[in-house]
Amino acid sequence: MVFKKTSGMTLIHAVFNHSLPDFTLDVSLALPASGVTAVFGRSGSGKTTLLRAIAGLERVAGGYLAVRADVWQDAARGIFRPVHQRPLGYVFQDANLLAHLSVAGNLDFGLRRTPPALRRLPLDQAIALLGIEKLLPRRVSSLSGGERQRVAIARALATSPQLLLMDEPLASLDIERKAEVLPYLERLAHELRIPMLYVSHALDEVARLADHLVLLDTGCVLATGPAAELLSRLDLPLAHGDAAAAIIDAVVTRLEPDYHLSHAEFAGGQISLINRSLHLGQRVRVRVQARDVSLSLQRQSGSSVLNVFAASVTHLSPDSPGQVMVGLSAGGSTLLARISLKSADTLQLQVGLPVFAQVKGVAVLG
Amino acid sequence: MKGSAELQALVLTLQLAGTTTLILLLLGTPLAWWLARTLSWLRGPVGALVALPLVLPPVVIGFYLLVLLGPNGPLGQLTLWLGWGLLPFTFSGLVLGSVLYSLPFVVQPLQNAFEAVGDAPLEAAATLRAGPLDTFVSVVLPLCRPAYLTAAVMGFAHTVGEFGIVLMLGGNIAGKTRVLSVQIYDHVEALEYAQAHWLAGGLMVFSLAALLALYALQPKRDLKKLSKRPSKRLSKWSSKRPAA
Repeated sequence: MVFKKTSGMTLIHAVFNHSLPDFTLDVSLALPASGVTAVFGRSGSGKTTLLRAIAGLERVAGGYLAVRADVWQDAARGIFRPVHQRPLGYVFQDANLLAHLSVAGNLDFGLRRTPPALRRLPLDQAIALLGIEKLLPRRVSSLSGGERQRVAIARALATSPQLLLMDEPLASLDIERKAEVLPYLERLAHELRIPMLYVSHALDEVARLADHLVLLDTGCVLATGPAAELLSRLDLPLAHGDAAAAIIDAVVTRLEPDYHLSHAEFAGGQISLINRSLHLGQRVRVRVQARDVSLSLQRQSGSSVLNVFAASVTHLSPDSPGQVMVGLSAGGSTLLARISLKSADTLQLQVGLPVFAQVKGVAVLG
Repeated sequence: MKGSAELQALVLTLQLAGTTTLILLLLGTPLAWWLARTLSWLRGPVGALVALPLVLPPVVIGFYLLVLLGPNGPLGQLTLWLGWGLLPFTFSGLVLGSVLYSLPFVVQPLQNAFEAVGDAPLEAAATLRAGPLDTFVSVVLPLCRPAYLTAAVMGFAHTVGEFGIVLMLGGNIAGKTRVLSVQIYDHVEALEYAQAHWLAGGLMVFSLAALLALYALQPKRDLKKLSKRPSKRLSKWSSKRPAA
């Protein structure tokens, strides 16, 4: 599997070839040193196994794993560093807090075992980042699901990990608890310089958090590269279905406070965002869902739609019955539009055709 | 004069039960841990051997120990060769017999508790930089505290109540091997029912008190947790298969 070059040096080299009676993990990965790398795939695709193999929780026979210049595992040289000697943080799907300790005791457990010279993240900062100051004296059994997961993340951070591994930290939570924890994960991704590997099968989480994406299917790497690029590639399963969305990275260039509007510049032009909390020069990630984009051959006048971009059709791909997924290039930025088959025929869409993309809704991801 | 004999038997019984319990906790911990965690085929046979005293008449255990440890038995020759002398009819012999006899009462609660703890806390501790021994001391032991209490009380009380092995292996030597149960037997043989009543009643009160204390001290929450956990562990096992 060829790794698409991204900015930043390579952090993780992972080669695993692990055969079990009913499953084979066969990956060769080079992952970037910074940001959030999402490992995405259906259940059974081997995401968790890959993460557990990197942590050393799953002892994979034939394998090579180096993080920065540090070799954690090398079957050829008989090296296998046990889990407790790998400077990583691991957030389990079900938090997995130690039941005999309080919240503070759980945070302290890893901190005490981290040599002072290697402590780079003050515990106070981890506690503040996850907003768990008030939970410290509580018993673990009295916490809600969302609180547990926040404590679990802070506990992992307290060991000043060189790599943070997260195994579907939101999967066991209901929608409300998810919404409670997700902003903390975004803060983490933005404010800390700890690279994260984030396993998920939820596209919206990946779109919000990931800079980089590894797509797994039945134990093999389907594709790997920058998240924005992979999410809108029509030859991959991500860019299909109701949740398909394009990710645009933009910079805020103009504010219109009276209208609560911020305008941000990206390759395809200027995009208007209803959001007052942004400031000039801020980098924003914007999600444009394929179902919110409509196409027309002429620029519409007298429309309420704020965001209209000139684009050209790059791909046409059948989606669910009666629907077509259209790949668009707006000045080099990829957009997706999901339209009806009937409309595609009426407009006589074909690759290369110039169109106007009307975007009804955009979401600022952070 | 009679009173001092009773006291002697009582002290000896407590010494025997205390020593046995201590040895069992030290010995039973690694054995129970191995039984709880191993995937070896030996798990079944070893588990059965440990459970054997539950179903075997103590007299049978005592008889075979007497034969094995006697001057013509292989273990007896070993202890002679080691310069320990012969163990039958000594306090050490009684301790050895009691350890075997009460083994399941200590190993089984510990094994159940270790199994109930499962993999999850061990994995969490490992990702928090705790090595295996550190994890055992700072995670497994505190989580299994109720089981240790159960094991200690059961091992102690069961040793206090033994008779068959003591009689076979220890005989009836005042101050050396004459424990309470043997003393009661002596009284009954001599038709001294009043004295027998005192001791027998005392033992009954002691045993009931020990069990009552066990049930009262056991935090309800932990009991519930431990009884709920095995099913959780089953799901853990199935999810251990490499599905993402």
